Amino acid sequence: MIKYIIKRFIYAIPILIGVNLLTFTLFFVVNSPEEVARLHLGNKRVTQEQIVQWNEERGYNNPLFYNSAQKGLDVFKETIFYEKSLKLFLFDFGISDSGRDIKYDIKQRMLPSLAIALPSLLVGLFVNITIALFFVFFRSTKVDYVGVILCVALMSISSLFYIIGGQYLISKLLHLVPISGYAQGYEAIKFLVLPVIISVIYGIGSGTRWYRSLFLEEIEKDYVKTAKSKGLSESAVLFNHVFKNALIPILTGVVVILPLLFLGSLIVESFFGIPGLGSYTIDAIQSQDFAIVRAMVFLGTILYIFGLILTDISYTFVDPRVRLK
Amino acid sequence: MYGLYKCIFLILMLTLSGCSDKPLNSPYGKNTDNKKVFYSSFQERPKHLDPARSYSSNEYAFIAQIYEPLFQYHYLKKPYQLIPLAAKEMPELIYLDNKFEKTKDKNKVRYIKYVLKIKRGILYQNHPAFYKNGSNYRYHNLKKTELEGIDTIKDFKNESTRELTSDDYIYQIKRLADYKNHSPIAGVMQEYIFGFSEYNKKISNAKYKSISERIELIKSNQIKGVEKIDNFTFSIILKKQYPQFVYWLAMPFFSPMPWEADMFYSQPGLQEKNITLNWFPVGTGPFKLTENNPNLRMVLEKNKNFRKEVYPSLKDKIVKRKMISYNKNKVIPFIDKAIYSLEKEQIPRWNKFLQGYYDNSGIASDNYDQAISLNNSGDVSLNKDLEKKGIYLTTATAASTYYIGFNMLDSIVGGKSQRSKLLRQAITIAIDYDEYISIFANGRGILAQSPIPPGIFGYQDGKKEYNKTVFKKNKGQIEKRSIEDAKKLLLKAGYDNGIDKKTGKPLILYFEATGAGADTYAFLNWLRKQFKKINIQLVTRVTDYNRFQEKMINGTGQIFQWGWNADYPDPENFLFLLYSKNGKVKFGGENASNYESEAFDKLFKQMKNMKNSQKRREIIKEMLKIVQSDSPWIWGFHPKSFSLSHGWVENTESNLMANNTLKYKEISYQKRSENIKLWNKPNFNLLYFLLILIFIILISVLFMIRKKDKEKVYD
Repeated sequence: MIKYIIKRFIYAIPILIGVNLLTFTLFFVVNSPEEVARLHLGNKRVTQEQIVQWNEERGYNNPLFYNSAQKGLDVFKETIFYEKSLKLFLFDFGISDSGRDIKYDIKQRMLPSLAIALPSLLVGLFVNITIALFFVFFRSTKVDYVGVILCVALMSISSLFYIIGGQYLISKLLHLVPISGYAQGYEAIKFLVLPVIISVIYGIGSGTRWYRSLFLEEIEKDYVKTAKSKGLSESAVLFNHVFKNALIPILTGVVVILPLLFLGSLIVESFFGIPGLGSYTIDAIQSQDFAIVRAMVFLGTILYIFGLILTDISYTFVDPRVRLK
Repeated sequence: MYGLYKCIFLILMLTLSGCSDKPLNSPYGKNTDNKKVFYSSFQERPKHLDPARSYSSNEYAFIAQIYEPLFQYHYLKKPYQLIPLAAKEMPELIYLDNKFEKTKDKNKVRYIKYVLKIKRGILYQNHPAFYKNGSNYRYHNLKKTELEGIDTIKDFKNESTRELTSDDYIYQIKRLADYKNHSPIAGVMQEYIFGFSEYNKKISNAKYKSISERIELIKSNQIKGVEKIDNFTFSIILKKQYPQFVYWLAMPFFSPMPWEADMFYSQPGLQEKNITLNWFPVGTGPFKLTENNPNLRMVLEKNKNFRKEVYPSLKDKIVKRKMISYNKNKVIPFIDKAIYSLEKEQIPRWNKFLQGYYDNSGIASDNYDQAISLNNSGDVSLNKDLEKKGIYLTTATAASTYYIGFNMLDSIVGGKSQRSKLLRQAITIAIDYDEYISIFANGRGILAQSPIPPGIFGYQDGKKEYNKTVFKKNKGQIEKRSIEDAKKLLLKAGYDNGIDKKTGKPLILYFEATGAGADTYAFLNWLRKQFKKINIQLVTRVTDYNRFQEKMINGTGQIFQWGWNADYPDPENFLFLLYSKNGKVKFGGENASNYESEAFDKLFKQMKNMKNSQKRREIIKEMLKIVQSDSPWIWGFHPKSFSLSHGWVENTESNLMANNTLKYKEISYQKRSENIKLWNKPNFNLLYFLLILIFIILISVLFMIRKKDKEKVYD
């Protein structure tokens, strides 16, 4: 298995270079370094000299990919791409264009993102699976039909509606939790209650339908018929047999997104004033801080690849027939 | 059963809210109710808190409370007036000849020397940068091991202070010249301060091995025109007359910077922890930044070392039939602490204000109808619901101008020809900015007659003095020229009903726009309709901000929208936007329409160095007449700012030039605490309902499952 994991990590390198290249190209096709400098230095009274100096200081005065003024390997090394993107492979995220240490900021913002994402995932998983099992228990009945319609309705509503509605009802009318904000330590809980509830409710529609379809696929299998023919009750079949076997796709689906939880949610963090990585990324895109954008894209790619490897590994645990080579 | 749920919920929530009697929805921690704390919010995290770089209002909101430049604006006086802040008195001006000798002969004046005296006994806030261990600075050469456990400036155990000296102002001026600090005003100062650019080149090319070497280099090299006279006096020599220079001395750029702070923050170990001068200011002002988490909250606390400063005496109020000076001689600052929370979205910000958790708020367009109503006479007033809560409204017209500009380098709308001038005049008449203000600014604006906004010398109010190209007098009333008038001008320009007589083709103009929101498209539709009134087709070219900037720099745009906020309250700061030597394409300046007029330039040079007087007013009037006739701009509007405050907040005078107004604010915290408790009583009814519903559903589900299981068995 170790061989397999090493192999997967080696495969990940070209993917990471490709993603970096794509991010880099997209960013600098849209914005020239001069435009980025102008945005960071502000609109008023900025001179061309200052723009040149700003770019020089951050290494944006080099060519993008190929430096014909250099010799040997330096033709590639003395470029913005090498300086800004390839150094990420050493986890050297560098300094943001606004002058802050990116690694430090990421460390600081990771926990608040996780504080929302993890409870939302766990509670959501419990709620969605429970409702899905209920629908499957009453499959092909009016309860199931109405449930599916409700799920589709829940899915069709924008997340903004849940957020604004939740803030209005729970915080503004009922005065039960703060509308937005965050605090360190245990005080953070009162700020997390509402975003977690909203994230769970928002996910019920799609989550329930997904798990329902997994259970329905499982319930058609032969071992279920055997169990029923043995005289087991519907609930015993569903909870003792179908549920356990359906856990394989559920588990692998969850494992793949586990590392991504660190990256946070863009909209929820912004509306609830949570200082996580989601709002960090959004701010960086808005202020065209390439240093942060490339770092976050790189981190996202690594975490996703890591998630996929974890999924493969988790298969071996939940299904003894699977062997990684 | 309900009681049990209520108990569980209450226990849970009380635990979460720190076992205090605070409302459950309070976004703040405990122990702040009984202190004079001012609560507010900020929408965007400040980019720079280094006074050499900072140049935007959201940054000034913080650093102006911490750093003290030499001068400040009188809080209560209008028109705006400069008074000493850290300075002992207003600057003494000495005129020098080309040998730097004093002269009284106006013809021999070559340089102007500003002699600046500062108050004695001003102390910096306590800071680790000043702390000495014997004769050495304890924290100026930190090792990696010493930085373990240090995450913020508060983690340093020892701190100290020292007296403000003239060296600190001189050091900051050197920082402005050092390109590494990217000061936006370096270009302007280079033009005026003697020896500034030479110092810039010298320091930029200098090489050094360590931080201390760099600091020594800065300290030992001098700007020729900036001289220390004694510990509390220094002088600045200007290469040419620039009466507006004194206004720059009131801006945070000219705040004192102790070299110790620069030395302390330059250490790489601290930079890796984002503990930099850009994030943790060191000043002499009434407040110091004790918490800087711009992703969440910024906290200013009273600087214990702040000298005794009293509330300015001007405003009086009637008490027992006697006029008494309001707050006269009361020591400021009144508040102990100010907590600013990051609030990116309008909805939570507005709701928290209504709940009493923010002491003040602006009014976003989405909340405008909820907050403001028009009374019978058409004046704005606060809605009754808000009035009942004790909220009050403060309005002020900003020293800003928003306009639509023509690119004067363009072959159709630009140039000095009569044809293009008539075309611009016709368009200027056709655009109904009154309607614009009403639709897009909720009526919060004043129609502009010229670039100069209200409150600035030379302002034309549209009544006594007005733009004669766009308005005319009819039966003693000032009214806008009609669309027919505009069409006639267009005909004179050679466009018959929007058709170019020469080519026979319809006139098509192009408007450069940025942004892609619903508001942008609504505005562009409105603008197209305005041009349609005189049968001109307007094509809007929406692009991103970078492309827009590129077009402006290269002069490839045709018509565009732009704005300017005053740096200082002098007409020069607005009229220079039309001075040819500030042309954006040729000189990279702020004259975005690239307007050129010899007559205007001549008058500008004359007006620029004058003190406010009748003669200056006449010159400005003449200058405005020229630009109003040439119409390089469609004179837009001056925005009005509406600000709401709760009844427990006092001293909220609007002074849009002064940034250091936090020290004047007063809070009645008992009143706030009572109101917040009253307005935020938790309502558990829905919660009970939901719990009962969930309970019923669970019971029903269990019942249904049992029933179905039995059915199967019997089947």
